[in-house]
Amino acid sequence: MVEFSLPKNSVLQKGKEFPAPENAVNTRRVEVYRWNPDSGENPRIDIFYIDMDDCGPMVLDAILKIKNEIDTTLTFRRSCREGVCGSCAMNVNGKNTLVCTKAIEDYKGTIKIFPLPHLDVIKDLVADMTNFYAQYASIKPWIETQTPAPADRERLQSKEERAKLDGLYECVLCACCSTSCPSYWWNSDKYLGPAVLLQASRWLEDSRDESTGERLDELEDPYKLYRCHTIMSCTDTCPKGLNPAKAIADIKKMMVIRQQG
Amino acid sequence: MTQNNRPLSPHLQVYRLPLTGIISITHRMTGVILAFGLIFYAVSFFVILQGNETFSGIQTLLDNIWVDIAVGLFFYALFFHLCHGIRHLIWDVGSGFDKEAMDKNAIIELSLSLLLTLIFY
Repeated sequence: MVEFSLPKNSVLQKGKEFPAPENAVNTRRVEVYRWNPDSGENPRIDIFYIDMDDCGPMVLDAILKIKNEIDTTLTFRRSCREGVCGSCAMNVNGKNTLVCTKAIEDYKGTIKIFPLPHLDVIKDLVADMTNFYAQYASIKPWIETQTPAPADRERLQSKEERAKLDGLYECVLCACCSTSCPSYWWNSDKYLGPAVLLQASRWLEDSRDESTGERLDELEDPYKLYRCHTIMSCTDTCPKGLNPAKAIADIKKMMVIRQQG
Repeated sequence: MTQNNRPLSPHLQVYRLPLTGIISITHRMTGVILAFGLIFYAVSFFVILQGNETFSGIQTLLDNIWVDIAVGLFFYALFFHLCHGIRHLIWDVGSGFDKEAMDKNAIIELSLSLLLTLIFY
């Protein structure tokens, strides 16, 4: 449902301020969204002044520095620190990105860090992804076949068939795109969102999959697919440089071609 | 969906939509404006047909600078809506999705609708 303002319990409050060490010359102001489920208080924005001469180059380095040296209670997800695990997706200065592959240098002035938009917050920068993963499971992200596999080898693909998966298989399911989409904000209970639809496209394009018809049947629904209004925020924000909007358009095209017979 | 009194993370409050995203919501709003504007247009034609007095009444109304500006904006809304509609048609055939084309096409449609407004208004 469309709701422009935040619910009462989600309205932001002013938080604490942590000044930079006295000898720091090159400092950067970093504002971080905080919410502690045990406090009973509303979320707040804490302000940290970071000594940039003693900090790694990426936004994740700044966040780790805060956790290691300033406030150990700061909670967030991270793992691979090289953009392949998709754990550290956050909203930085108004756009969603993987903070491990985003340089602090790319921003001027204050850096504002929020959890991925329009999700339930579990703690600080950790948002609840349950619905997102359930939607991913719903598109059956595996090869479905009716014919028996060849006895002596794998199901093979030509180079051209394999090339069709480029731009689709690279997705790390970080949810940056889905949570950047206003349509997904208002209808995430019914609309699958760009990330899951890009994955749906990945299995539709796979030459080895034999359930293309059933997959399209599943998506033929006023909400699941057609809540995409080509707002293009997904493509704009994808930290892997993929194009979910194009993938969704390709699925819509497959639907039309199928109806033509 | 909120469980355990979990807060909802900020969305519109913090998100910076790309130009195409802003155009998308404006497309919707201009659609609403055009629907209501057309009612006003139809009514004004009907009023004009009632005779000399009503004709000059509408004439005076249109001479008002604010009404004039409103009509100009209505024209822009019309052509903007048209241009973005055409962009949707291009998207529907599967092209114009490149990241590089995004801002470029947005600026093209905005300038084209401005140009059309200047020509026809």
